Amino acid sequence: MSDQVASLRQPPATADAETLTAEVAGLIVQALNLEVAPDEIAPDRPLYGDGLGLDSIDILEIALVVSKHYGVQLRADSEENGRIFGSLRQLVEYIAAHRTK
Amino acid sequence: MSQFLSDVRHLARSFPPCTHVLNACADRYHFAVGLAAALTSGRVSLLPSSQAPEMLRQLCAFAPHVLCLSDEPAADSGLPRMSYPREQLAASADPAPALAACRPPEVDEAQLVGFVFTSGSTGTPLPHPKTFGRLIACVREQARRLSLTGTARWALLATVPPQHMYGFEASVLLPLASGHALCAERPFYPADIAAALERLPRPRALITTPVHLRALLGSGVALPPADLVLCSTAPLSQQLAAESERRFDARLLEIYGSTETGQIAIRRPTATPEWRLWPGVSLEVEGEATWARGGHIEQPTRLQDLLERTGADRFLLHGRVADLVNIAGKRSSLAYLNHQLNSIPGVEDGAFFHVEDSSAPHTGIARVAACVVAPSLGAERLLAALRERIDAVFLPRPLVFVARLPRNDTGKLPLSTLRSLAARAKPAAMA
Repeated sequence: MSDQVASLRQPPATADAETLTAEVAGLIVQALNLEVAPDEIAPDRPLYGDGLGLDSIDILEIALVVSKHYGVQLRADSEENGRIFGSLRQLVEYIAAHRTK
Repeated sequence: MSQFLSDVRHLARSFPPCTHVLNACADRYHFAVGLAAALTSGRVSLLPSSQAPEMLRQLCAFAPHVLCLSDEPAADSGLPRMSYPREQLAASADPAPALAACRPPEVDEAQLVGFVFTSGSTGTPLPHPKTFGRLIACVREQARRLSLTGTARWALLATVPPQHMYGFEASVLLPLASGHALCAERPFYPADIAAALERLPRPRALITTPVHLRALLGSGVALPPADLVLCSTAPLSQQLAAESERRFDARLLEIYGSTETGQIAIRRPTATPEWRLWPGVSLEVEGEATWARGGHIEQPTRLQDLLERTGADRFLLHGRVADLVNIAGKRSSLAYLNHQLNSIPGVEDGAFFHVEDSSAPHTGIARVAACVVAPSLGAERLLAALRERIDAVFLPRPLVFVARLPRNDTGKLPLSTLRSLAARAKPAAMA
């Protein structure tokens, strides 16, 4: 009973999103050899430019890691693309919606 | 072709008064129209390697009457700007042009087409002039070397920007000078590149870099056959070359060159490690320095790589000279980066350095690190100031704050000490 209450308070989707966020942040830090710890990446700050300071080579590297881990192929011509790298949260949402593994 | 000539004529007429055109167009067709419009109206094109604010300020000092032609909304750079007039050109196109209007304008061989820039060590970008006759001779030879001189009309797709010397030659000048099709788009993600290539009629070629090839092969995207893959900007590993040939079912040819010289040699890495020079180009070794001169080269140029001559027109490549920084085809020097770092108010001392050995195999994405003494600045403020001055790919990774730089008795900075500082600076989570 208490388990049920707990799961009602915190829907599984949120827990999954948090796990996935931590996992993607870890992959980014590892792939790009960044100096920050994964949990230091602010989920709503831009990944490009002034936020985390990534550039296009980094974005290509992230695209590679994301395709290997989740089977998601990023496309520049998809409508969401402008938003995908808007923040870690948006990248994670995109992966969650399109992952094949 | 008549559409192109019509667009060139109309654009040339709509330029406001200016002597130089900074061609920032992202679409390769727009870029080509801008280039030809500037050329045929006696204007000089500027092709900077970066559009960092400091670079644009320096260009303004170099050419006070410069106009920035661009096809994307951009942050205000302070330069007079003109948007590529897409709609006007579409409206002005003549559906049945007179024969005379289809004849390409004649351009004198000695005419200055434009300047490309490298970073000098003093903070001022060094301009390198490019004249029409030499550029065209160089890409006509390229067409011969790539076996693109038959009757077949090729479609050339490129993942590199038209402003970079390699992209300028292979994806803009080569198709214009040899009658092949230029593809306007510049696909980015592996899935985009594969889809764009698939859409093209054959024969077709992919003009790309080790960075893109690595992403393409590793992504798991199904790759359509190409008929030729051209690669440049950094040495390609033998393994990546062989896998590229297998997956694209195509020859892979690799180009060697520099901003100053343009392309000067070619090889097929799966067949031979030796590079073959362009006709007329010669290498002269003076101690550790190698100079390239002759052929289409405008001025004798000291190369930033360690070469070994193996014949009159052949050489082997043994890595870069210590000062050179080459990240994904963007070149700079440690001296230039150090100058910019130490020009930032609040920086007392600072030095960039290579994290990896120059002899290690790489795909062109090895970053540079920096140690800095700047007690009044935080990492964020310092990085923001650097971003104003240098291209983002050169931002230090890691950036290590220290109380003083580990200079030895002679004032030099031992690389091993700098590297151990960088290694220690990484957060525990990554160790």
